[in-house]
Amino acid sequence: MKRQSRIAAEIAWSAGGVSTIRKARAARTAAYVLLIAGAGIYLLPLLWMFTTSLKSSQGVLSFPPEFIPSTFHWENYPDGWKALPFTRFTINTVLVTGLSVIGTLISCILPAYAFARLKTRGRGAIFAITLATMMIPAEVLLVPQFIMFSKAGMVNTLWPLILPAWFGNAFYIFLLRQFFLTIPQELDDAARIDGASDWRILWSIILPLSKPPLVAVTVFSFVANWNNVIGPIIYLRSLDKYTLAVGLKLFQGQHVTDYNHMMAVSLITIAPIVVVFLLVQRAFIQGATLTGMGGR
Amino acid sequence: MSARAAKKVKRNSPLAKAESRRFYLFLTPWIVGLVVFSGGPVLATFGLSLTDWSLLTTPHWIGLGNYQRMFSDEVLLKAIWNTLYFGGGATLASVSSTFLIAILLNQKVRGIGIFRAIFYLPAIVAGVGTALLWTNILHPDFGLLNFVLGKIGIQGPGWLTAPSWAIPALIIMSVWGAGNTIVIYLAGLQGVSVTLYEAATIDGAGWWGRFWHVTVPMMSPVIFFNMITGFIGSLQAYTLVLIMTDGGPSNSTLLYGLYIYRQAFQYFDMGYASALAVGLFGIIMLITAVQFLFARRWVHYESK
Repeated sequence: MKRQSRIAAEIAWSAGGVSTIRKARAARTAAYVLLIAGAGIYLLPLLWMFTTSLKSSQGVLSFPPEFIPSTFHWENYPDGWKALPFTRFTINTVLVTGLSVIGTLISCILPAYAFARLKTRGRGAIFAITLATMMIPAEVLLVPQFIMFSKAGMVNTLWPLILPAWFGNAFYIFLLRQFFLTIPQELDDAARIDGASDWRILWSIILPLSKPPLVAVTVFSFVANWNNVIGPIIYLRSLDKYTLAVGLKLFQGQHVTDYNHMMAVSLITIAPIVVVFLLVQRAFIQGATLTGMGGR
Repeated sequence: MSARAAKKVKRNSPLAKAESRRFYLFLTPWIVGLVVFSGGPVLATFGLSLTDWSLLTTPHWIGLGNYQRMFSDEVLLKAIWNTLYFGGGATLASVSSTFLIAILLNQKVRGIGIFRAIFYLPAIVAGVGTALLWTNILHPDFGLLNFVLGKIGIQGPGWLTAPSWAIPALIIMSVWGAGNTIVIYLAGLQGVSVTLYEAATIDGAGWWGRFWHVTVPMMSPVIFFNMITGFIGSLQAYTLVLIMTDGGPSNSTLLYGLYIYRQAFQYFDMGYASALAVGLFGIIMLITAVQFLFARRWVHYESK
């Protein structure tokens, strides 16, 4: 229907004669020029990050700065990496991020399914409470959670960074539930008549049809955990427990103007995110788009 | 049997009871999460805000003492101002710039997927790594920004090292990483009916007319949504500020969240930190309410 009216619009345009076609072509060229200029501005900082990572230690402090160094110092990568136990930090970060993403998926899919498909008294009220918790700023939870985890003897372990992820997240539950609601109930009913349980319906019908929101939740929680700064700063005390985020902060504290090594290590730490994003970006943008539905 | 009685029977039927059991079974992780990781801590924060507690001693009750202290705390006043300045500036700058970007990204031209990915990329990688990158870019002498400004004949300021330029510097950085709003705008733009543009064109509207009289009013609910979520999101920026400037120079980048962190985890004043957190809660409510109040003047809802 929409496509038809768009085609109709195209025809109406072209009926206007050669001048409108020329106009449309000019508009398209203008759009390209602006897009390329904008993309250039957006990519420039990351390009600068890359060229800085290849500069010599004097090169990063040269004035005026040179954009591309005369010689490429690839050794900055291994040198930066060896300055602190970054391999250990990576293992810890992978552990925290991996376990948190798995926990988030499990603990958000199940409630989202319940909210979308299982009817009972009090469902509306619990859902309203769920939405209300999205208004709570994270800072309000900081102190009591710290006290809770320190009473449990979990300070300087990775647990405070992993455990909360296993108990649901209001925003992700909302996101998944909204998508589950768009899947026709008839599919469930047919499966139920054939004797399928909730688990079976969820696993064989709902989840295979929900790729965009699942990718969105996975990427959101992956990025949030990979980049988490405040949690590790509060809870982690010894180097062998550090994640990449606090490791980088420590590195900066010790080598304030050592920008070449700093950028080399930083680039290594954001590389996994870039790879994950590029792999799933189409499905992700489709899924992330759903987050906008709350605004309408 | 009356309809209500029928409903009651249905509700008490074994089938409905089983469904109810399954509902709560599926919800278990979230209910535990609600109690242990959100509801409980919120109540605890309110409780702790009425005490004086340094973690080592036992908390002792001081009533509204912490709140009284907030009213005479000049550093807090500074933090609130910085937070409003940064949050307001970053929200306005990113909500308007990403709106224009989203309109560009909504064009049906070849390769648009690549452009969408490029504009979204900074939002994805934003973390400690890019925070350190920006301390370098914003460096007054060796940084990229002043280098580029110098090329066009402008003597760049000291950015993060100058109290009056530190917040604008942080705003520039946050606009770069504001891709989330682009995606939300795109969803909204795809929902604007083509027939409205056709009608406007027939009425003789040029591109500006179509933009100002169709796109902007039709998108106003989405713009509004992005303003609210953008402002609340800006409160999280303190984690990166902690790395970049630690609130300096002379508290010019001390954001509210950072002040809570300082009181709690550097001064170990848990009671006061809790009162500050409650205050932040109140400020968010207030600002959201004000935004809703103003929204009636400019946000257009089609269904009404």
